[in-house]
Amino acid sequence: MSIAVYRIDDRLIHGQVVVGWGQVLGVGFIVLVDDEVRGSDWEQELYRMGVPPAVSVEFAGVAEAIMRLPAWEADPRRGIVLTGDIDGMVTLCTGAPDRISRVNLGGIHFREGRKERLRYLYLSDEEATKLRALARCGIEVTAQDVPTARPVPLEELLA
Amino acid sequence: MSEPLIGVVLAHDELAAALVAAVREIAGDEHGLLPVSNAGSDRKAITAHLDAAIAGRRAVVFADLPGGSCAFSAAAFARERPEVRVVTGVNLAMLVDFVFHRHLSPADAAARAIETGRRAVGAVRAAGAVGR
Repeated sequence: MSIAVYRIDDRLIHGQVVVGWGQVLGVGFIVLVDDEVRGSDWEQELYRMGVPPAVSVEFAGVAEAIMRLPAWEADPRRGIVLTGDIDGMVTLCTGAPDRISRVNLGGIHFREGRKERLRYLYLSDEEATKLRALARCGIEVTAQDVPTARPVPLEELLA
Repeated sequence: MSEPLIGVVLAHDELAAALVAAVREIAGDEHGLLPVSNAGSDRKAITAHLDAAIAGRRAVVFADLPGGSCAFSAAAFARERPEVRVVTGVNLAMLVDFVFHRHLSPADAAARAIETGRRAVGAVRAAGAVGR
């Protein structure tokens, strides 16, 4: 399997992804699954500029990502698939059942109604329920901002 | 004559506040710099904090990593605001120099900051000269 990490991160492509994970894993491509960025040429250009030339960046809407997932998984390079929110990843997991075995909670920051679970992770009760549902489908959900950090299991986060 | 530019240092964690404190130490209180941290913020919140700091003024935003959330948020914010320019790879040398060139246009101040920042990066040789 060539997708090394399926990550939820509301900062999308940024230093932790490109440097933190990208360098350690030797990533050759990053897929940003986000309907808003998919529809914005200038945002795509911006994100491409922030990534080293050796790493390619692809953009997909959520529905499109479900269709393209097998091709990304067959890619000989290692890749990271990112969504900017929980809903995007849930749609991806349910739309491509049995393809995604682990989900990384990389950064979900403060918003009204969310509670702090870790320094970089805030979840509302509704979001916690959605993540529990993913876990019930057999997907291992852990929080880990950078590779050197300990992956914190979902049950520990929500305890 | 228009108001002097402001500079916003937009960086990870406590770096922005630390850089502004260091500038104050070197150049005094009239530095015109404001720190904004990305700590605890998603992309849109970073942009909102930047918007609040700039408050409609002419500004140069000094972001840290070129491929980081600060730089992306600043670039998105400045996209349709010609009175706001963004420089990435902030360092202390460019900030200290900026303090004394706030009368420039945002574009000229940004270009000067890039040049000053680049000149400051180098290896110190045994003889003490800095080279690249």
